[in-house]
Amino acid sequence: MSRHWIGDTLASDGLEAEFNGLSVPLEHSFELDDVAKFQLRGSLMLKTGREPSVSLNQNQLSEEDRTKLKEVAAVDGLYRIRVPRVFLQADKQTEWQTEGHLTAFVRACAMVESHLSDVITLHTDVSGYLIGVSIVTLPGACRGIEVEDEVDLEVFNTTLSIMAPVNAPGPETALFIQRMEQEFEKKGKNPQEQKSFFAKYWYLILGGAIFLMVSNSAQPPAGGGREQS
Amino acid sequence: MAAICLKVKEKTEVTTTYFLFLRKRSQTAAAMAKLILLLLKCILFCGTVYAVFEDQVGKFDWRQQYVGKVRFCHFDGHMQSSKKVLLATESNVFAALNTRTGEVLWRHVDKTGPEGNIDAFLQNGQDSVLVVGNGRVLRSWETNIGGLNWEVVLDSGSFQSTCLVGQQGTVKNVAVLKKTAISLHYLSNGHQKWIENLPDSDTVDYQTVYSGGNGEVYVLGVVPHSHIAVVAFSVDDGEILKQSSVEAPWLSSIPESCQIVDQEMLICVDSTTMSLYTLDLTLQLQMNQIPLQSLELEVDPDFRPSLVSHQPNPAKQPLSEFFLQLGPDRYVLLQFNSGQIVMLRDFKPALLVSFATTGEKTVAANKLELTCSLLDFGTQIWNLKIIKLASTINLYNAETGRRLLDTTLIFTMDPNGGKPERLNIQAFLKKDDSVGYRVMVQTKDHALTFIQQPGRVLWTREEALSDVLTMEMVDLPLTGTQAELEGEFGKKTDGLMSMVFKRLSSQLILLQAWIAHLWKLFYDARKPRSQVKSDISMENLSRDEFNLQKMMVMVTASGKLFGIDSKTGGILWKHYLENIPSNAGFKLMVQRTTAHFPHPPQCTLLIKDKDTGLASLHVFNPIFGKMSHVTPPALPQPILQSLMLPFMDQDYAKVLLLIDDQYKVSAFPSTKYVLQQLQEMAPTIFFFLVDSSQGRLSGYRLRTDLSTEQIWEVILPTEIQKIVSVKGKRPNEHVHSQGRVMGDRSVLYKYLNPNLLAVVTESTDLHQERSFVGIMLIDGVTGRIIHEAVQRKARGPVHVVHSENWVVYEYWSTKSRRNEFSVIELYEGMELYNSTAFSSLDRPLVPQVLQQSYIFPSSISTMEATLTEKGITSRHLLRIVSLPKMFLDPRRPEMASEQSREENLIPYAPELMIRTEWFINYNQTISRVRGIYTAPSGLESTCLVVAYGLDIYHTRVYPSKQFDVLKDDYDYMLISSVLLALFFATMISKRLAEVKLLNRAWR
Repeated sequence: MSRHWIGDTLASDGLEAEFNGLSVPLEHSFELDDVAKFQLRGSLMLKTGREPSVSLNQNQLSEEDRTKLKEVAAVDGLYRIRVPRVFLQADKQTEWQTEGHLTAFVRACAMVESHLSDVITLHTDVSGYLIGVSIVTLPGACRGIEVEDEVDLEVFNTTLSIMAPVNAPGPETALFIQRMEQEFEKKGKNPQEQKSFFAKYWYLILGGAIFLMVSNSAQPPAGGGREQS
Repeated sequence: MAAICLKVKEKTEVTTTYFLFLRKRSQTAAAMAKLILLLLKCILFCGTVYAVFEDQVGKFDWRQQYVGKVRFCHFDGHMQSSKKVLLATESNVFAALNTRTGEVLWRHVDKTGPEGNIDAFLQNGQDSVLVVGNGRVLRSWETNIGGLNWEVVLDSGSFQSTCLVGQQGTVKNVAVLKKTAISLHYLSNGHQKWIENLPDSDTVDYQTVYSGGNGEVYVLGVVPHSHIAVVAFSVDDGEILKQSSVEAPWLSSIPESCQIVDQEMLICVDSTTMSLYTLDLTLQLQMNQIPLQSLELEVDPDFRPSLVSHQPNPAKQPLSEFFLQLGPDRYVLLQFNSGQIVMLRDFKPALLVSFATTGEKTVAANKLELTCSLLDFGTQIWNLKIIKLASTINLYNAETGRRLLDTTLIFTMDPNGGKPERLNIQAFLKKDDSVGYRVMVQTKDHALTFIQQPGRVLWTREEALSDVLTMEMVDLPLTGTQAELEGEFGKKTDGLMSMVFKRLSSQLILLQAWIAHLWKLFYDARKPRSQVKSDISMENLSRDEFNLQKMMVMVTASGKLFGIDSKTGGILWKHYLENIPSNAGFKLMVQRTTAHFPHPPQCTLLIKDKDTGLASLHVFNPIFGKMSHVTPPALPQPILQSLMLPFMDQDYAKVLLLIDDQYKVSAFPSTKYVLQQLQEMAPTIFFFLVDSSQGRLSGYRLRTDLSTEQIWEVILPTEIQKIVSVKGKRPNEHVHSQGRVMGDRSVLYKYLNPNLLAVVTESTDLHQERSFVGIMLIDGVTGRIIHEAVQRKARGPVHVVHSENWVVYEYWSTKSRRNEFSVIELYEGMELYNSTAFSSLDRPLVPQVLQQSYIFPSSISTMEATLTEKGITSRHLLRIVSLPKMFLDPRRPEMASEQSREENLIPYAPELMIRTEWFINYNQTISRVRGIYTAPSGLESTCLVVAYGLDIYHTRVYPSKQFDVLKDDYDYMLISSVLLALFFATMISKRLAEVKLLNRAWR
């Protein structure tokens, strides 16, 4: 487990106090026989509180590890990471740690081909427990491209974020009612009084006129007869 | 497109609706303004808005009603000619069956669970008295039409026993014994006559109540291994007449070992001392021990003897004869005669015994009380290599033990059924005063068989189907000729000439079959329509043109498997699996479909004991129900997970992987070829396990040596929330449209991850302000949390449907106290990341998540999405109300814009109205729907839906209307005449044009 590049100072109490949060180890494992042997990769600085944030402090890969990672990539092995389960809302330090680890993986070849550029996301639940971790590389595919330059595999280019669950929307009755009211008002603004009497009832008047005309034209013989008499 | 099926709990009644239009019209007359009210009464029949036309009712759908496993059964005996049998079942159903046909005359379905549990059922004349819900309610039903006479709520207290109380030959009261009190109610109106507390109820365990019709009600209690307490109450006012306790150190439970015979004589049997004990309840001195040896009887080793007695009329004393069971197949008929016990007859071998009484026509010498026993001679007649178990039923006179003439009934039991469990005899007097009878046999597989003399089975009801746990639909096989053609391509090629001959011969066979078919059509056409039978039997089972007819394989809780024809609902085969643990979980998988002729289709049923996790496999042919010759592997370790792999072995059977508690994987079938394939594919086989007790979701990968390694882990703290359901997608669903065309003609691509899991959690804190429902979308391969959302102030039960790129869930909003729907849709965006193939390992971008919620005006008990062959048809959410998915679309805009109109988006409205035409079961109520199964058919527009629960309902739904089917009233004449006319017009005009051209050329 112990490696020369482990930054013990990072996990020291002094730093923790500065960050007003806690520091947890981020460990990784890549082995040829695929039996996980986790080693320290860096440490996560978790800022607790209402809006948790996270930052990462990590070291470079050693020469030895670089060659091992390439070998593992060649046999399509896995690159795993793990973080301990922590509780971000705890006030006391004794409370934040709980049993067990959360693990995730990518293909080692993707790690190599992306030149160690990975995206790590920590997921918490509603109350602030860390429930899962995920890792993807950018680009994510394994195309079998040889990474010639060893330097490319030295420094991690990590994008780190922490995600809390979003609040799912409920049925939006308020907006709907508002919209209905708006429509109602719109109807109310141009009421029918504004139209003239003829504009409103033109069809009735027209109908009446036609009716009168028809009845008049039917009458003439009788009316004419009366006039004659 | 897709639809979702949910089931609305309330019974929606279609009633005639009246619309009242009130119109006011002011009339401007010269002097006064008169107000005239105009009443317009429009009567609209809602029947006109059914999704099916009236003449289509029952054409594409069928319903079967069940009652469940029978707990109590009484023949309606108040009339000699009655055709009714009344049943109270373990599914909390009280029903009457027609004894001629076996159909349900009426049925009352009570609440599920202990609240509706039927504790006792007493029958008196036309009234049935039921005690329901651990003594909560006392109900009386009228048996003719099934109407409720009265219902009274009883005082709290756990129910012990009940009996009818008669006086001077008529039954007027019913006594209900509870833990601490006894109450007497009038049979006519249910009013309480009196209620009395029981003395020393904290020490004495009162268990039985009894009345012999002499004005006293006896309550018997026991202090285990000490004494019996007997309390006699007066029927008139509930006064304690007598109270005593009698030493009985061997007794622990009265109903199990004691019965009352003759005149208030309590008879008990004890297996340790091998004795009968008698106690006269009127004298209550002490128990009189009669060793069984003095009667020259012996109990089978390790058998607990029991007693069967009979009280034909609650107002009179019971018979002095009773049965003593001495072994699993041995009964003796004993008589209690003035302090002495006399043996009347020894029945060996006898499987079941029962008493029956008929007629009070005369009090003459006719012996009306009869005993009856089912004698199982165990005769195994080898007939055409089928073992037939013949059983015989005989009637015996109870007073003498003599066999009655001409009462032997022989029937053969279904070799695929269970053993008989109970006999219910309906005895009647024939015209010549001899005794005739019918019998209803209950078997262990929950089947009811009604048999008439001399052994004719009138009907059989498979009540196991009231408890279907899981089902699959399997395509029917092709006909022989079609299979012949198929087989031609399946076999290896052997030379050109032989192929030609094979083709010719199969064509000839086809021609022959066609001519035979034509001949049959011609022949049938001459017969009257009623004679042409269209029944389906095993022989002519074959796929229809559009694959609308399928075989429904149903697995029931009793361990009985059924094969049901989806077109008619007829049971084609049944198979009873014995020794199924009562808490077994079942998983049915289709390993090989019918598409691989000549290999028979193959289904595998994984039966898992939920307590121990130990599992066994049952492999069978889903078309014929026969056990497969393939021997399933023995599974010594508890099984955690099973999964079907998409690849097949050389016999076209899909490979089933079973993961045991050591995380070792075993394959079935495990041939060399399969193992080799598995080794090659191992790095690409991932699976996940859910441990909801610890809130742990973990992913595993298969290794080449068939062991597994854990690759990811997500842990939800159980103190905050618990996982209630994990839903993946159905492996057989197709998605044909990769995206949605937007209003501006660009495409929004769907996020179609086949490995996506929807994990639903509920908070452990149930306070209405703090409770929540969590929904998490996790990739099952990488364990990556794609989306995580919480619905605050919400509570379960949550129903989830997961399909294509969307998840729909329904929950109870504690804040607004209503059911709400929420829909989540996932989109990749305007560009596709890798359009050729989807890999969970290479999808670095997070999809866009859209979500919207709606109010639903009804509660839902189950929900499913429709499924069609190619996935072109729009989906519906089925719930027996078929709800178009269009209404559940998070892209429904607030305001309708030009673009959204182009996309056919409906403007957002928070409430989802249920339209009456969405009810796919129109007016056919389906009780207690537990699950909905959807299956594609050969027609793209059509999806087959089966809802199962207490009832089974099958229908077809058309989520996008029947776009690929011509309507029934399609005018073939018009279209063909138009075509013909056009054709001739072209011909004529062509001719005319030619003539004209020729003329012009001449000019």
